[in-house]
Amino acid sequence: MSAPVITVEHGAVGYDGRPVLRDVSLTVTAGEVVAVLGANGSGKSTLIRAVLGLVPLSAGSITLFDRPLRQFRQWRRIGYVPQRLGAGGGVPATVREVVASGRLARRGVLRPPGRADRAAVDAALLSVGLADRAGDPVSTLSGGQQQRTLIARALAGRPELLILDEPTAGVDAASQEAFAGALRDFVADGGTVLLVAHELGPLRPVISRAVVVHQGGICHDGAVPDPAGHHAEPDHDHVHPHGPDEPAGLWSN
Amino acid sequence: MELFQYPYMQRALIGALVIGLAAPALGIYLVQRRLALIGDGVGHVALTGVGAGLLLNRSPVLVAVIAATIGAIAIELVRARGRTSGDLALALLFYGGIAGGVLLVGLSDATSANLNAYLFGSLTTISPGDLTTIVVLGAALLVTMIALRPALFAVSHDEEYARVSGLPVRTLNLMIAVATAVTVTIAMRAVGVLLISALMVVPVATAQQVTRGFRSTMTAAMALGFFAAGAGVWVAATADTAPGASVVLVAIACFLVVAVTGGIWRALRRRATPAAAPAPEPHEVVLG
Repeated sequence: MSAPVITVEHGAVGYDGRPVLRDVSLTVTAGEVVAVLGANGSGKSTLIRAVLGLVPLSAGSITLFDRPLRQFRQWRRIGYVPQRLGAGGGVPATVREVVASGRLARRGVLRPPGRADRAAVDAALLSVGLADRAGDPVSTLSGGQQQRTLIARALAGRPELLILDEPTAGVDAASQEAFAGALRDFVADGGTVLLVAHELGPLRPVISRAVVVHQGGICHDGAVPDPAGHHAEPDHDHVHPHGPDEPAGLWSN
Repeated sequence: MELFQYPYMQRALIGALVIGLAAPALGIYLVQRRLALIGDGVGHVALTGVGAGLLLNRSPVLVAVIAATIGAIAIELVRARGRTSGDLALALLFYGGIAGGVLLVGLSDATSANLNAYLFGSLTTISPGDLTTIVVLGAALLVTMIALRPALFAVSHDEEYARVSGLPVRTLNLMIAVATAVTVTIAMRAVGVLLISALMVVPVATAQQVTRGFRSTMTAAMALGFFAAGAGVWVAATADTAPGASVVLVAIACFLVVAVTGGIWRALRRRATPAAAPAPEPHEVVLG
């Protein structure tokens, strides 16, 4: 069995005293592609935010690359893709400038960007199919293209572990395909992936394991569950409101 | 033009140019993180420092630097907590700062003319010592803001991502806070605490209407700040107007010119290419 990359042991998280995750244990080993599934509000995003140290644990422990999260400093080994690009204060930034931020974990604050940095940014832009938009302001891109920009930013740092928060939510079909391709290449090079998703779509063949979060706990850990009922139809259009109500049958054991 | 033969006018011009160049270099990060008015708040706090300096017979600018730095760090700590009460905490700090300043200046022997010099600037009374302070601090500020641009951009653009990249987010944020305090105090002598934010923000607002990237916005904003400072001092010298106000009005005039020209240009371009509707995104779902 290969080395564990992420280990969560009996992790619990609460916001203002309200428990969001309770007693969650999860191990992701090198080379795995793990999808965290669950309805909105199930705690799946909180789980990966806790793994990244963005949300403090109220109990339990998290280990990244054999180091307790508190002592973990090798952030260049991790590429993080947030759910969406922050709106910011309206100062324009080009796609290339945003992607170049992904090199900072590797380069540090003081060293100016060099040739290796530029090459990595070029390669990352190419892998998500945005090389021709490099000089455009990110605000002029579609939602899917902005999402691809964020993925390129994470890939530019040449990480070993990618952590993605709903990378395909609200993303057009062309961008989903481009994203699935970039993910396949990353995994083929030996990368490990932990991603949160509401539904998998074209990512499904890439996923090696699925973890289903339900009401703050893990209720399934293993093979990717088959979509239930009308979700299973090949031409199924996912049109139910992404509200707090749970899709019946799929997440309950 | 003969006016610029006098050393005090030369000092006024050099001081204004340095501030015109440095203020937007910091201001772009403040605009990026939606803190465009923070300079105003820090200026209010700096005024308490001025009052304390006048009362204690110490250099008002020096005491103002200390007060503004404490104020800016306090504001940053409130912001980092991200709680809703932050808004009110900032308001308390702002009004406490200006009230404290007015009170302390009143207690000292200073006249209202002294207070006005700090509220609205007094470029023509800059001493050689003042100018050295402005040039040295201004240069340090410029070098820091330009050399650390990738990191400061990352923190201002997406703070969570910067944290996951292992950047020293808290240090960088405190650095921006201290830089704000320094800018406010050196700009205080030029445009006054009530007009400082204009020099940090207006050139950035003007530049971002026509630029496409962060670096080009920063460069253009610095060029605009430099121009507004030079032109403003020239207008003040020729028309005998208040220098600080002249600089700010030139900057705002630039903004209006760019906004109107840009609007007309876009309208003309739309008319020239009428039927070019953007290709719609493919549908992901079928509604109804």
